[in-house]
Amino acid sequence: MSAGSFNELDETDREIVCALAADATRSAGALGRDLGLSQPAAWRRIRRLHENGVFSGRRVDLNAEALGFGVTVFLGIKLASKGRVSLEDFERAVTAIPEVQTVQHVLGLYDYRLRVVARDLSDFERVLRRRIMTLPSVGNVEANVLLSEERLPGPLGAL
Amino acid sequence: MLDDVDHRLLRLLQSDPTIPVSELAERCAIQPATASRRLDKLTNNGVLVGQRMVIDWTKLGYAVEVSLRFTLDKTQPRAFDEFLAEARKVPEVIAIQTFLGRVDVRLSVIARDMRHYQALYRDRILTLPHIADIEALMHVATIKATETLPI
Repeated sequence: MSAGSFNELDETDREIVCALAADATRSAGALGRDLGLSQPAAWRRIRRLHENGVFSGRRVDLNAEALGFGVTVFLGIKLASKGRVSLEDFERAVTAIPEVQTVQHVLGLYDYRLRVVARDLSDFERVLRRRIMTLPSVGNVEANVLLSEERLPGPLGAL
Repeated sequence: MLDDVDHRLLRLLQSDPTIPVSELAERCAIQPATASRRLDKLTNNGVLVGQRMVIDWTKLGYAVEVSLRFTLDKTQPRAFDEFLAEARKVPEVIAIQTFLGRVDVRLSVIARDMRHYQALYRDRILTLPHIADIEALMHVATIKATETLPI
């Protein structure tokens, strides 16, 4: 399946993608019952979606707060002197920080966008000072504390 | 509350959500029935929220992903609620986050290509209510996306 292949998915496929994006533990049998398919037919569709790379991975969602992580912060990071810096060095170092959950290379006001978890604000300060500010060629850093977050089904849900 | 075995179970499950209970049990040196019982308890306690598949939107023809960061006009008392309600109606918005900081709200927006993005931006984004300022960050690459907690 190549880029622009959205139309190769029929409505049933889209419903399966939406259902699994909401709950990955649903079985082919249960999905099939909801969509009026036999278990083998649902299973074949799911396998084809996997084979075509429609899913980039599977995630376990944990309640961060219940596990003692009360603070999530998004950081925008600008690298200091672009010409001479090694992006690979920065990326290798930032990826190794356990509190850093996601790293995205972006174009715009910042070069990288990080999602960082911490136990509380003073723990976040520790991560910021000891881990982030010491990264190779890190320049300007902007922090925004996450208050709420919601995931939406995206264009599949609207069809 | 949670003991070392619980933490180990969650750590293993985070690193590989498809790992069977029998293997989880073996690697935690407990019986499979005990592992199942502990996982059920973690689910009932709300610690283990669930599992989801992550959609690769590029494979579905959405090549462009942009982070739009908004500052809202806070002189309007209902600015947040009204902005969020309208943003939820845009199908290409796949995530909404609110913040304490210089940025008030961030929308993750996907589009088929730059032309599609341009149309979306003009017709669906700029028309959202109570916007004071917008900044766009275009996604180039995802370097890390484990989203795991350091437990």
